[in-house]
Amino acid sequence: MTKTMYEKIWDANLVHEPESGSPLLFVDRHLMHEVTSPQAFEGLRLQNRQVRNVHSILGTIDHCVPTKDRYNIVDAIAKKQVETMTSNCEENEINLYGMDSDQNGVIHIVVPEHGFVHPGMVVVCGDSHTATHGAFGALAFGIGTSEVEHVMATQTLQQKKAKTMLVKVEGKLPAYSTAKDIALAIIAVTGTAGGTGYVMEFAGDTITDLTMEGRMTLCNMAIEAGARAGLVAPDQVTYDYLQGREFAPKGEYWEQAVAYWESMKTDEGAEFDEVITLKAEDIAPQVSWGTSPEQVISVTGVVPSPSDFDNEVKAQACASALKYMDVQAGQKITDINIDIVFVGSCTNGRIEDFRATAEIIKGKKVADGVQAIAVPGSFPVKIQAEKEGLDKIFVEAGWEWRDPGCSMCLAMNGDELKDGQRSASTSNRNFEGRQGKGGRTHLVSPAMAGAASIAGHFVDIRDWK
Amino acid sequence: MQPYIKHTSIAALMDRSNVDTDQIIPKNFMKKVERTGFGINLFHNWRFLADNVTPNPDFELNKPAFQGAKILVAGENFGCGSSREHAPWAIADYGFNTIISTSFADIFFSNCFKNSILPIKVTETELASLMAEIAANEGVEFTVDLAEQKVTTPGGLVINFDVDAFRKESLLEGLDDIGWTLTHEDKISEYEQAQKKRLPWLWENA
Ligand code: SF4
Repeated sequence: MTKTMYEKIWDANLVHEPESGSPLLFVDRHLMHEVTSPQAFEGLRLQNRQVRNVHSILGTIDHCVPTKDRYNIVDAIAKKQVETMTSNCEENEINLYGMDSDQNGVIHIVVPEHGFVHPGMVVVCGDSHTATHGAFGALAFGIGTSEVEHVMATQTLQQKKAKTMLVKVEGKLPAYSTAKDIALAIIAVTGTAGGTGYVMEFAGDTITDLTMEGRMTLCNMAIEAGARAGLVAPDQVTYDYLQGREFAPKGEYWEQAVAYWESMKTDEGAEFDEVITLKAEDIAPQVSWGTSPEQVISVTGVVPSPSDFDNEVKAQACASALKYMDVQAGQKITDINIDIVFVGSCTNGRIEDFRATAEIIKGKKVADGVQAIAVPGSFPVKIQAEKEGLDKIFVEAGWEWRDPGCSMCLAMNGDELKDGQRSASTSNRNFEGRQGKGGRTHLVSPAMAGAASIAGHFVDIRDWK
Repeated sequence: MQPYIKHTSIAALMDRSNVDTDQIIPKNFMKKVERTGFGINLFHNWRFLADNVTPNPDFELNKPAFQGAKILVAGENFGCGSSREHAPWAIADYGFNTIISTSFADIFFSNCFKNSILPIKVTETELASLMAEIAANEGVEFTVDLAEQKVTTPGGLVINFDVDAFRKESLLEGLDDIGWTLTHEDKISEYEQAQKKRLPWLWENA
């Protein structure tokens, strides 16, 4: 019988399927940050339970960390959260890239840097963007804090099998279109709920042509399509990335591991519950105009009007988004002015992303009245960028070059939009208030963010000179 | 966990779709290390005016008729976005134990069951009827019977809903999930032993 990669991972990790009750799925890797774990440790303590396998866990501190003057956490409650994470990991001997580590950064950036996730694994984290690690062909998904506690205590999760969706992207991407634009274009098709109940596998030559960084950006956004997880089949690109990293299989195990990973790929002819196909050539650089990632359009487009939607719910959502975003139906995307530009986050905070922005802004100056901040996803990314001299390009163009953290992606660390401010942001969510109460977010790729910083409004980078 | 018992309570109407967890509980309230006390922050950015203390009179849940509501009736794709369990914590702490919608985001949906909240999926037509009944008679009380998998209203609606058998049992009895899983501890150990042989490199650092 032919099987999809998801089904193979499910079968390989199924511990037990009792007649009554829930199937139990084995968890290979558990990622952790300070916001969604303290209550789980507290729960364990109250019940006198132990962490079953501390080696399956890797932690970081990222959400609350200021990106300038990083030790100066002004909010006393946030500070306590950071201290709690540190002491919980110490007490349980959990591997933590904490505040003082030169490996610290955003969880979904740090974990791949250490080769901690391999193809075929089940990976969880109290964080919806865990989907990122699907780029390695691992089944990676976000869980709630009660489940974090459950995984720590039992190394399993009570799970129900998901449906499968194949998202095929074929052909060559136009110049300057990136993995981020593919992700946004897919969400424009599926909607933010279209993937609910599904695990998406991304395939096609456009996807296999992506680097690991690009695949991570793509899988990262699978959750914004409502999918539990995204998957990309492992190949030579994956193996080249993994080999030699700290937690990658070593010596004689390497060949065995690669053989196992190869065996986990979707079989020829395996059936998916749903298939959607996109042509890469149709994917122009994207800009979101509303308050949901599905409210997105090509940079060449105009802001839609509620009457453009035949679905009443979507029409109503459009009307309220226009109001919140203070944009007009029919307004050209390239006529939208911005106040703040943010390049960073677990979506676009990798070395490639800073290279892409730097290429656009090199030798130019940020527009008057615009503030632009670059926040590397981790210290290794920061150091690599500095080795390449990218920091100088940013600073000379009038950007701020910051320390790693989640920063303005979710604005719980001091970096945020003020009421009414508008951003061009490489992060993943444009929900109301996500980047600060009353803040207005437009999601774009790093290159598009770079161009917007110089022009002061969105521009079609394909015309960039 | 508290058992979920049959109840008749005020149903509040939230006629919005894609209510995301960033709205349910904005991130500035996620810094606490406890599970309790988040009800005061529920829907903060919608619920309060710019001074952050005065209730916003235009926000639906601030209507006097909806005070004390235990049932929340909302538009599609409820609970999308971040995985934060602070969202169901805030909902439960505020006083809701039931949410009715046409669809829920996956992570939010399973988080509800861990917190004695019953998310009920209904059809579009059913949702429209429930919403219409509330709109016509704000403060109306619906009856939710999980054992019978049924919502009934004074207007005469009877809606049968589906729920996973194990989740239903867990809610009705207030089961401890971890405790239940640990009754299968022998299977977990067996799995681990087999994996050590099958994929030894995963256990190298252990
Ligand atoms: S960068 Fe943003 S999406 Fe990623 S983990 Fe941090 S807050 Fe979450």
